[in-house]
Amino acid sequence: MKLNELTIVAALEGLKKRRFSAVELTQACLDQIKRVDPKVKAFITVCEAEALAAAKKADLELKQSSTKPLLGIPVAIKDNFCTRGVKTTASSKVLENYIPVYDATVVAKLKQAGVVILGKTNMDAWAHGSSTETSDFFTTLNPWDIKRLPGGSSGGSAAAVVADQTIFAIGSETAGSIRQPAAWCGVVGLKPTYGRVSRYGVIAMASSTDSPGPICKTATDAALVLQVLAGQDPLDATTSPNQVSDYSKLNLPKKLKIGIPKEYFLSGMSKAVVTVVKQAIESLKKAGAEIKIVSLLDPKYSVAVYTIIQRSEVSSNLARYDGIRYGNSRQSFGNEAKNRMMLGVYTLSSGYYDQYYNKAQKVRTLICQDFDRVFKQVDLLLAPTSPTPALLLGASAKSPMFGELQDILVEASSMAGLPGINLPCGFSKTGLPIGMQLIGPQFSEALLLQVGHQYQQLTDWHQRKPKIVISN
Amino acid sequence: MAEKTQLTKKQVLHIAKLANLQLTSQEVVKFQKQLADVLDYMEVLNELDTAKVKPTSQVTGLENVFRQDKVEKSLSQKEALSGAKAKQEAYFKTKAIFE
Repeated sequence: MKLNELTIVAALEGLKKRRFSAVELTQACLDQIKRVDPKVKAFITVCEAEALAAAKKADLELKQSSTKPLLGIPVAIKDNFCTRGVKTTASSKVLENYIPVYDATVVAKLKQAGVVILGKTNMDAWAHGSSTETSDFFTTLNPWDIKRLPGGSSGGSAAAVVADQTIFAIGSETAGSIRQPAAWCGVVGLKPTYGRVSRYGVIAMASSTDSPGPICKTATDAALVLQVLAGQDPLDATTSPNQVSDYSKLNLPKKLKIGIPKEYFLSGMSKAVVTVVKQAIESLKKAGAEIKIVSLLDPKYSVAVYTIIQRSEVSSNLARYDGIRYGNSRQSFGNEAKNRMMLGVYTLSSGYYDQYYNKAQKVRTLICQDFDRVFKQVDLLLAPTSPTPALLLGASAKSPMFGELQDILVEASSMAGLPGINLPCGFSKTGLPIGMQLIGPQFSEALLLQVGHQYQQLTDWHQRKPKIVISN
Repeated sequence: MAEKTQLTKKQVLHIAKLANLQLTSQEVVKFQKQLADVLDYMEVLNELDTAKVKPTSQVTGLENVFRQDKVEKSLSQKEALSGAKAKQEAYFKTKAIFE
C-alpha cells in the first residue's frame, strides 16, 4: 500500500513507529496530486513548499514524542476556509487574488493539532451548488468516472480523498455540501450539529446553517478529526457551550433503534440507490439493530424552506463584497451568485417578507418539531443521501434549483441543525458509488460515528478505489 | 396551483439595484424567467397551515450571547490594508460618494 492511500489511523501508527516520516507521507500525497490532479482537478492551490516545511517540522516534533493528535497528517482544505498567507477564493472571481491575514478557527485548530496543509480544494463558487460546475474557475471531475460530477459544493475535497491525493479533507455544509459529494465520490462525510464547529473565518453562505466538517476514508478517521474541530469558540457566538463528547468511544445502545423515513424513498429515485440502501438496512438488522418505518414531513417542503432561507442569508452575506478592502468589484460575481442574491433581496423585501421569509422560518419550526417527534421513537434515522449516483457533466445547467433538488434528502436535517453522516454502502451496476446517511438528534455525533464504524466493520464499500487511483 | 409568477423587467432592475448589481439587458431577460421559476416552487409552502406557528431562526436555542467589552489582539494597520487595491497612507481609498 502506498503511503498516500493510508487512513489517518494507519498513518498515525506508521509515523509513531517510525516506519516512515511525515515528509515521506506528505511527498506521497504531493506525488499523487501531480499524477492524478490534471485529470480530477480537485485542487485550486497546492502548497508544496509550505507542506514539506510543515512536514519537516512535524518530523522533529515526532522525535520529541509530541502528543498533538494529528501530527504529520496531510489534509486538503476547501477553499472557503481562510488560510493565513494562502490564497482563499471560495472558487469565485471576486476573491481570485484574496490572501487572508488570519486563519479560520478550523484551520487554526488543525494547525495546533499538527496537520500538514497540502492545499485548497475546488468548490461551487461561494458554495452555491451541488456539482462544482458553478466554480468560477473549473469543474472538478468524479474520480470514479471523469465524465461525471463529484457533487458539491465540497466536491474538490471529496474527490481528493477518494483519489488518495490526501489523507483527509475539510468541507463545509449548509445543506448537503459535505454529505452529497461524499455520497457521489464514495467517502465518509460528517456534517456536525449546527454550532458544534466554529464558522469563524469560513466565507459565509447561510449563517444559520453553515457547518464545517471532515471528509475522510473511514468513520473512525472522521471521529479523530471532529475531536479536534469541535468546541465553543469566542470568535463565533453561535458555537455551543455543550461539552464535547468523546467521539472514539464505541459503546452502542443495547438495542439500537433505527428509523427509516418512508418519505425519503422518493418516486422516481434511482433504483440502484433504493436497492443498495435496502441491503444496508438488512445488514444492520442482521447485526442486531431494530428497524422501524417512520414518517416525516414530505421533503419537498424543506426544499422550499431551504431555498428561501439560504437565498435571504446569501443576499445579506454577499452584500459586504465591495472590492474596496479586498477582492474584486461586484461586477465579478457569476450568474449563480447574482441569481441567489437577487432572490434573497426579493424574499426579504418589504411586502414579500411575510409571504416568503417569515413563512419559511415558520415551516422551519414544523421541521424541527417533526424530527423531535420521531427521535422519541428511534435513536437515529437512515435514508439515501442523494436520489441518484453521480450525474453527468452539464447536469447542473438544466435547473436554477439543481442543487436544491439534488439535496432534497439532506435539507430538512440541515434546517433543523441536526448532524448527519454519509457512509458508502454499495455501487450501481455501472460502478458508481452510492451513499446512505445516518441522521441523529442534535449533538449525537458520537452515536452516528459509532454506528458508522460498526457498519464499516461489516462491509468493505469504503475500501474500494476508483481505477484512476490504481492504474497508470 | 396558483398562477405562474411573473416578474416585469422593471421589477428585476429594482431587485438588482437593491442587491447593488448591474445587469446587462440579456441578464434581465434571463433572471426574469429564472427568478419567477424559483418563486413558483415556493408556493408549495402554502399547503401548510402555519397560523399558530412561531418562526425559528436559531436552532440550538442560544440567545443573547455576550462577551466582555475589552480590547483583544487585532490586525495591524498594515495587515488590514494588505488586500486593498487602492490605499492612501493608512486608509482605504474609494471613489467619491458625494458630488
